[in-house]
Order: sequence, then structure tokens, then C-alpha cells
Amino acid sequence: MNQLTVKNLVKKYRHTTVLDDISFTLEPAKIYGLLGRNGAGKTTLLNIISNRLFPTSGDVQIAGEDVNNNDALLSKIFLMSEVNLYPREMKINQTFDLADAAYGDFDYDLANRLLKTFELDGDAKVTNLSTGQRTASKIIVALAVNAEYVLLDEPILGLDANHREAFYQELVKTYQEKPRTFVLSTHLIEEIQQLVEHVLILDQHKIIVDDGLDSMLAKAYTISGPTKLVDDYVAGLKVLKTELMGNIKTTYIFDDLDDQRPIPDQVKINHYDLQHLFIYLTDGGEK
Amino acid sequence: MQFDFDESAPLYQQLADQLEEMIFSGGFDEGSQVPSTTQLSQQLHINPATVLKGMNILVAKDLLEKRRGLGMFVKKGAQQKIMEQRKESFYNDYVKSLLIEAGKLGITKQHLLDLIERGEKDESING
Repeated sequence: MNQLTVKNLVKKYRHTTVLDDISFTLEPAKIYGLLGRNGAGKTTLLNIISNRLFPTSGDVQIAGEDVNNNDALLSKIFLMSEVNLYPREMKINQTFDLADAAYGDFDYDLANRLLKTFELDGDAKVTNLSTGQRTASKIIVALAVNAEYVLLDEPILGLDANHREAFYQELVKTYQEKPRTFVLSTHLIEEIQQLVEHVLILDQHKIIVDDGLDSMLAKAYTISGPTKLVDDYVAGLKVLKTELMGNIKTTYIFDDLDDQRPIPDQVKINHYDLQHLFIYLTDGGEK
Repeated sequence: MQFDFDESAPLYQQLADQLEEMIFSGGFDEGSQVPSTTQLSQQLHINPATVLKGMNILVAKDLLEKRRGLGMFVKKGAQQKIMEQRKESFYNDYVKSLLIEAGKLGITKQHLLDLIERGEKDESING
């Protein structure tokens, strides 16, 4: 299996820049989280990677070859998207056949088992399904399709708690049985935090974080204590947010701490989670 | 089997700590098999790489052993080993911080000894 590389991708619509010089690499057999606020450009990015949209400039490569109009390479990439691309009368079972025709070796056994898990009837028409059911039917295709890069755009849209649970479990299961790359694009961060190994954050049309989850969280510290002491301690560090309560200041740091800097007794150091890190990193609004 | 995660440390570290606690408290007998990486990651929805990292900490500490094709097992003598490690860190983890706090509060050595004696009689600790 080969890396998928996104190189200097730019997408403009008339005067609006949706993606501004995006570059990153997806490694084989890894689970990624693609995080971004609404309108950050996540869907556009996934559409370009899977060749449903064309970039203004830049390209997407697998093993150094441009995927654009390259059927052999595109058959390695599958996108599960919010939009419904199937004809009105199509049944769930037929969407399986479609994936089998396009990608080959569709895992019908898994798909049929998942129909039961998600309480779906394979003969039901896609157009008659509720939002949650439609999402579930797409999840089934995404997990059973034979592709090395599976991109999931808002994969838990409308799913109830039980089915989200089932989805996470089945994702881990199929990933272990047949390691391949998954990209989970979502704003429901708390639920996927434990599943992803690597995080990409898209903000203001640029990638602002491209890092392993562990090393990212290792840099997420809260420093709190008397204002003066906290100010001294965090001098020179990247502070994302500050809260003041009485004389006690809490700062949210995204940086490596200086081991040599002594920590005053009254100052407390803790970690915070991905959800908050994401919020503070992307809280700038349109500039 | 109940795991409880927070933000205090990397997930793999917490997983290792809590598995160690289960071994120590006899939740897993010595020589018995612990859940596989596959089982744990599916049950807890944790990335398999993270689970493996946590398991490997316990392998490195000589508490778990990998038996090829069979899975992970609690090593003979694991409980004893954890006991020894904890005794060693008892001074750093408890005695030091006890003395530091006592110093801040102006509690004398004699007073501390009295408190320890009081604790020994406290039914809410021993009862």
C-alpha cells in the first residue's frame, strides 16, 4: 500500500478561496480525524481527494502519481458523503452491487450482517429512509467496500446513540481485520477522540494542525494559579485562551513546557481534551 | 471490567495503569489470559495502536507476556512485582507529599506521629 499525498491544493470559487494551499500526507492503514468548523472546507477537500471536484491548482497523488482521471488509483479511494448520489428507486442492496461493480470484491457477508446490526431491510428504497437510516446504509457500504482509503464525511449524521456505538465498534473491527486508512471528518470530536491516531485540523481554509493525537494532547496544558505566577510561568509559551476568576488565572497552553522552568507551588498544571483544544484553536472566526 | 478515562495522562498510559491495578487486585489471576488488543479496542472504541502501546508498557514492566498465536497472559509473580514497585514509590508518592503538606501547615513531627496513631484506630479506614 502507498501513501496518499495532497500537494499545494487550492480551490477558489470566483472570489472566494475555499482551500488555501493545503498539503498533507495520508499514511496507509491509519485512522485520521479531519476536524474543522462548518464551512472550513472539509467537504470540498474530501470531494477533491476523491476526484468529484477539481482543484483550482495543486493535486492529489498516490505513490507519486496524480489520481485525477486515473481509474486504477481512484478505485483505491472511497468517499461516503452527505449528498445522495443514488437514483430515486434504488434499493439498499443495489447500492452494494454498485460498490461491487466500481471497486470489486465487495464484502457482502459483512454488509448483510451490518444490515441486521443497523436494523435495516436490504430491499428498502434509499429514498424512503430516514436521515439516520440513510447514514447507516452508507456506513455499511463504506465499511464493506474494497478501498484502501475510505473517507467518511460526517459519518454519524442522524444516528442515534446505539447506532453510533455500533458504528465505532464495527469500524475498529474491520480496521483490525483488514487495516486500511479511514478519514473521519466530523465536528463531533468527543466521540471519535479515542479512535483516531492522527489529527488534521482545517481552519480558515488552511491546515493548522497535522499531528499525532498523543503528541498533540501532550502539548495541551492548563496552567492555573495566582495571576502573577501564572503570567511568569507561561511567558513565551503559546497561550490559546485565558480565564480569570478572582485572582486566579487559568491559561490554556498549546506548547511544550520548559522542563528547566521551576513550577511554583501554587501553580497547578493539568491536561485538557481534544474537544477544547479544537475549540480554542479555531475560535478566531472570520478574520 | 470497568475502565475510566480522563485527561490526566495519555490514553495508553491510563489503560496500562488500570490494567495493572486489575492485575494487582486479582481481577486477572497470574497465568491467566487478559483480553486481547482486538477485544479491548472494540469494546472501548479505542484505536488498536493505542491499546497495543498500553499493553506493551506492561510487557516492558514484565507483568504481561505475549504467547505467540495465543495472546497476552499475566506473568507469574506479577502481583509480587507490582507490590515491590509500589513499595518503592511509596516514599515518593505519599511520604514526600505528606511531609511537604505538613510543613506548609506547621504540623510537627510529634503531631504527625499522633495523627498516624489516630489513623490506625480509625474504623473508617480499617473497618
